[in-house]
Amino acid sequence: MSDVPRFWRESNHRYRLVGTKCNNCGSTFFPPRDVCPKCRRESIGKMEELEFSGYGEVYSYTVVHDGLEPFKFQLPYILAMIKTDEGPLVTGQIVDADPSEVKIGSRVRVTLRRIREEGKTGIIQYGYKFILEK
Amino acid sequence: MRDVYIIGVGTTKFGELWDKSLRDLATEAGLKAITDAGIYSEDVNALYGANTSAGQFIDQEHIASLIADAAGLSELGIPSIRIEAGSASGGAALHEAYLAVASGKYDTVVVGGVEKMTDVPPEEANKIVGGSLDAEWETFFGVTEASLAAMIAKRLEYEGKMKREDYAHIPVVSHKHGSMNETSHFRNSIKLEDVLKASYVAQPLTIFDCAPLSDGASAIVISSNRQLINSSENPVKIVSSEISTDYLSLHDRTSIYSLNAFKRSSKKALESAKISKEKVDILELHDSYSIIGLLQLMELYGEKEAMNLVRNEELYWDKSRPTNTSGGLKAHGNPLGATGIYQAVEATLQLRGKAGQRQVKGAKYVLLHNMGGIGATSVSTVLGVE
Repeated sequence: MSDVPRFWRESNHRYRLVGTKCNNCGSTFFPPRDVCPKCRRESIGKMEELEFSGYGEVYSYTVVHDGLEPFKFQLPYILAMIKTDEGPLVTGQIVDADPSEVKIGSRVRVTLRRIREEGKTGIIQYGYKFILEK
Repeated sequence: MRDVYIIGVGTTKFGELWDKSLRDLATEAGLKAITDAGIYSEDVNALYGANTSAGQFIDQEHIASLIADAAGLSELGIPSIRIEAGSASGGAALHEAYLAVASGKYDTVVVGGVEKMTDVPPEEANKIVGGSLDAEWETFFGVTEASLAAMIAKRLEYEGKMKREDYAHIPVVSHKHGSMNETSHFRNSIKLEDVLKASYVAQPLTIFDCAPLSDGASAIVISSNRQLINSSENPVKIVSSEISTDYLSLHDRTSIYSLNAFKRSSKKALESAKISKEKVDILELHDSYSIIGLLQLMELYGEKEAMNLVRNEELYWDKSRPTNTSGGLKAHGNPLGATGIYQAVEATLQLRGKAGQRQVKGAKYVLLHNMGGIGATSVSTVLGVE
């Protein structure tokens, strides 16, 4: 995971929560989709970008104790599925909170944070995390 | 479509097998299977190999050719194909091989599965296992398979559909069965309290809720050749085999705890087998995580009945709904590519009446479920004897 284009091409989606909307059925998607899974062929040429508000609530969460290498200095960390106000679930970390403060149903908003980095010399990858609305 | 039978099975022990390489494991399982079938390599028309991630675990791709070579088949030049579908690779390979034989293209095929997971450190292995998830929208943000299973469990508890103890019961059953199976990764029994008190992987799941990283290989010989079937001791029929898929990412699904791919594949498999689920004597489910094992029971029997089965301890080999008599992925082990093939080995032993201490009396039908990731691929297979 070290090539710049691979991360650069997703930056709109990961920095600004840009998903898609199907203008055939009105469904919203995050992450973005090229084809609507409900309309399929009917959605060709009808998918357009949609910037999500970044607000939502905790649908479910966990505290990860045994994590992947790039996240080992963050352990234990809170990971959640967020039910966005637009509908789709988005998976990401909840930061600046103690696990005891997080509940299913808690309101959250998006924040841009460092996600991981490729060693000392590689690129630093940014993206969305969530913070509790207090 | 022709009738297809399993005429031979073989497996290595599962576990941390530091003295064995991928090719040693695959060869051992394959040769045991053809010996068990009473055939020679010349009788084999093709090889289907299931392997999930050898490219990452041991820097080796082109596994199909490697395994044929290691098994001494190079001079015969038979077709050999690798199938990959995450941790459902074994079930998927069995499905493809079954179609190839049923269609009449091949008469006799060896289907093997192998994974060598302990040549890399556990953190590295966990990353590779996560390759079955969505790399860009799940793992990039710190998601692991266990964390997804944990979030499913948390949501179900929140909705009041189950209690922590309900799914903690699944690994207890698997370990009991695993203790009776000599090829198991783990042969110790555990108690419910052990599961609850162990260290967390992803809250509320502990290490005892999660299947281990294992090395291992399993193989079966399947055939439509009447002569070979008749001369084999206890042929087991592949009654049906169905695959279904679902959204790759858990967050994209209509419900995070509906295993739609399993629902569809198991329904179709039972329909094509023309049997009701009550006729299934043994279940081999994909208990990669305790909660995922319980979800499969819920999909199959409905919420209420599934809870009754767990709470009344009906899943043991000598009770009403024997489940994971092999020890399941939790105790027998989960060497990704081999996992789905071992399920067929266990079912064959049971249907032959050769499962020893854990034998389910008079078993006629077994339903196998092999799953990729957290349910994005599901393979349901019905094996039976008349």
